Amino acid sequence: MKIGLFIPCYVNQLYPNAAIATLELLQKLGADVSYPSKQTCCGQPMANSGYEHLTQSCNDLFIENFSGFDYVVAPSASCVLHIKDHLHSHADEKAAASIRGKIYELVEFLTDVLKIEKLDACFPHKVGLHQSCHGLRGLHLAQMSELVAPDFSKPKQLLNMVQGLELTELDRVDECCGFGGLFCIAEEAVSVKMGKDRITDHTKHGAEYITSPDLSCLMHMEGILQRNNSKVKIIHIAEILNCSSIKA
Amino acid sequence: MKGTQDHAALAEAFNKDEDRVDWHDGALWWIRQKRDRSANQTPQWEELREAASAIKSNVISNLHDYLLQFEENLKRNGVKVYWAADAEEHNQIIYKILSEKNINQMVKSKSMLTEECHLNEYLAERGIDVINSDLGEYIQQIDNEPPSHIVLPCIHKKKEEIGELFHEHLGTEKGLSDPTLLTRVARKHLRNVFMTRRAALTGVNFAVAETGEYVVCTNEGNADMGAHLCEVQIASMGLEKIVPERKHLGVFLRLLARSAIGQPITIYSSHFRKPRPGQEMHLVLVDKGRSALLARPDFRDSLKCIKCGGCMNTCPVYRKSGGLSYHNTISGPIGAILAPNLDMKKHADLPFASTLCGSCSNVCPVKIPIHDQLYKWRQVIVKEGYSASRKTFSMKAMALTLSSPEIYKTAGKTGRWILNHAPFAINNKFNPWYKQREMPDSPKQSFGEWYAKNGSKS
Amino acid sequence: MSSRDSILAAVLKNQPPLTSLPDISGFKVPEEDLVEKYKDTFSGIGGIVYSAANMEAVKNHIRENFDTGKRIVSTLPALSDVAEFCSASVEPHSFEDVELAIIEARLAVAENGAVWLTEEVMGHRIIPYISQHLAVVVDESVIVSTMHEAYAKIADEEYGFGGFIGGPSKTADIEQALVLGAHGPLSMTVYLIK
Repeated sequence: MKIGLFIPCYVNQLYPNAAIATLELLQKLGADVSYPSKQTCCGQPMANSGYEHLTQSCNDLFIENFSGFDYVVAPSASCVLHIKDHLHSHADEKAAASIRGKIYELVEFLTDVLKIEKLDACFPHKVGLHQSCHGLRGLHLAQMSELVAPDFSKPKQLLNMVQGLELTELDRVDECCGFGGLFCIAEEAVSVKMGKDRITDHTKHGAEYITSPDLSCLMHMEGILQRNNSKVKIIHIAEILNCSSIKA
Repeated sequence: MKGTQDHAALAEAFNKDEDRVDWHDGALWWIRQKRDRSANQTPQWEELREAASAIKSNVISNLHDYLLQFEENLKRNGVKVYWAADAEEHNQIIYKILSEKNINQMVKSKSMLTEECHLNEYLAERGIDVINSDLGEYIQQIDNEPPSHIVLPCIHKKKEEIGELFHEHLGTEKGLSDPTLLTRVARKHLRNVFMTRRAALTGVNFAVAETGEYVVCTNEGNADMGAHLCEVQIASMGLEKIVPERKHLGVFLRLLARSAIGQPITIYSSHFRKPRPGQEMHLVLVDKGRSALLARPDFRDSLKCIKCGGCMNTCPVYRKSGGLSYHNTISGPIGAILAPNLDMKKHADLPFASTLCGSCSNVCPVKIPIHDQLYKWRQVIVKEGYSASRKTFSMKAMALTLSSPEIYKTAGKTGRWILNHAPFAINNKFNPWYKQREMPDSPKQSFGEWYAKNGSKS
Repeated sequence: MSSRDSILAAVLKNQPPLTSLPDISGFKVPEEDLVEKYKDTFSGIGGIVYSAANMEAVKNHIRENFDTGKRIVSTLPALSDVAEFCSASVEPHSFEDVELAIIEARLAVAENGAVWLTEEVMGHRIIPYISQHLAVVVDESVIVSTMHEAYAKIADEEYGFGGFIGGPSKTADIEQALVLGAHGPLSMTVYLIK
């Protein structure tokens, strides 16, 4: 099983540790992972701003990088959803369709493809889980609070395998953090207010860390946390799942 | 209206008073929670939504025939039928009906359509006084402000502010702000209005093609008070309000109030079919962009909307920016997908007033994929040239960089390209990211650089 | 071309291919005690429910709980000694001073507490809306489970006006504070008769 590791642009440049954790975790679990070095971005920043028509060469580059793998895995729900929903190609739509069908966000890859049941990980902290909207409502990583349907949560399923980790509660289990791509700039006031309110929900329930399958949400909340000199930290879920018992 | 400011600017102004934002957000979240409880207590809730959506799909696909059937039944029932292509024609029709009867005062129950048509202003210019009888709409009217929410028109106002308005307009004691006492004052005042108006206008929630009846839903009873006391009863409806058969009302009436406010049904669901003896009934069918919306496959499902307001209550952007920030009669997520169809230039900002979180689509009782439509409207707005050229320039630069591994890598090395681009610095004059947020740390090396050194070893 | 014709032409041109109507016969709720369910629901939305053995008990309840010195109207012959008979042939404004109206419901719906009234049982369309208080007599046998069953019972009945009424008139427009008695009745009482 050959896995192509897709590290979204901002993760690559700003959060290399989350990317390293993703790679190490997959390797620990016996996967044959490689990172195509010519990759850049999924094209979402342009598309969500209304410029999907400018993403064609970005898409073609993505297809060129990832066509040769059995699976494509990325530590970013939002970018994965974008590929699933919007990767198309005038040149080779068949290849595009194939990638749309085999790309996975890390959490769902672990629970649904590798079907892991235990993890050698330890993270003795109080952790609040931020459901990224694209992971939740786009990729259905967990049940959505609006629907009348049975409860499940793939990220919680994994976090519950981590020794010492205590999941903290939330009043609003799956409210958006307000990042929203370009929204965080164009609608700065509302974006920051949404982020602040999400953070308050986590901190009042005692979270020391806020984790998520999406770093974009976390990056936004991190900016607010740091501005307010908060001791609460953000951490990508891969970094928790890859935290060995020795380190802790 | 507040001039030409866009949603972001109006929302920023709303956020100057954080306590008020918290209060507004909390009030609407409470309604969302009531909606959740109500949905959870209703067996087969998701199947009901599915059925409602499918019924409305059928309506959209067969609207021409249903409209003819509805018209024929209306006429058979003794109702006079009118067709209006746009707001102007709608207003002319109402004016003609009233002026022929020498009526210069009318009472109106909630109708977003007549708000959109600016009917009150049109009639006022011609000497006809209209009073909105829904309490929230009445409050908005005396404050000379449009409704901020389609179901809860003055949800953004505090009771003290309403007390002040009542003091000014209804002569209540200064400082009176108790909701029950204020409601009693309005009840007394509006009873006198109902008793003296010869004409009453209502909106329409559902129009049954099969029978020619139309259903008006209220909690206050104001539509009925107006309609049953007047000699000229008028209803204005958008073409999309059709349901095929009477039995389909069962599906929609089960969903509407539960989705709106978590109530099992509106207190009043009135089925108007024939005028009472001595009364005239008029019904105006209004197009106002609806037939054009039918021609847009990506967006026509927005015609399924039953105006429950559920998407507003669940939308974090709506809750934290207030309905008036949308500078459109219908605000929130549904307003943001309906408005561009009517005036793309004026409403080019609205599809961007969303994080695309998707909660709206999940609460929608007729399953309109609202957040997908927001995304699609963005594409249309850009293609039709309604986005700033500055933005287009930076998007093109970004597209170029991201489609070339070489440029991307060089850019990345020279100071983390991403920090200067998406999403932090596009259109960036003063870097809005940094206003209330620290910049992310810039690590020593990117993952790509790390992998080049260590990847093969691991 | 008239607006009517141009609108219809545009609709015909732009509407998508025909899709079929869904089957809505499958909406059922689990077996339940409809009377108990109705009572729970109706009192939950601010209504008053009173189980009455017969019309005599209804009359007694009215005498004890309403101001009989004020105007009380009804279309129920059995209540003629507590209420005046109201008819559709009078001017609606003449009902302005009605304190209490008592009407018999055609149907009542357990899932939402609403009763179904047509203008025949109302006496006059305005009656259940203009009276300060509304009382509705409901034979327990007419309670149905959901709105689907209610419409199945209503079927293709010819009425000029009909309405579901699900409680006292209410508003929460001022700071979401619930106030009973917006424009219509301040209270609604349902008399359940076995």
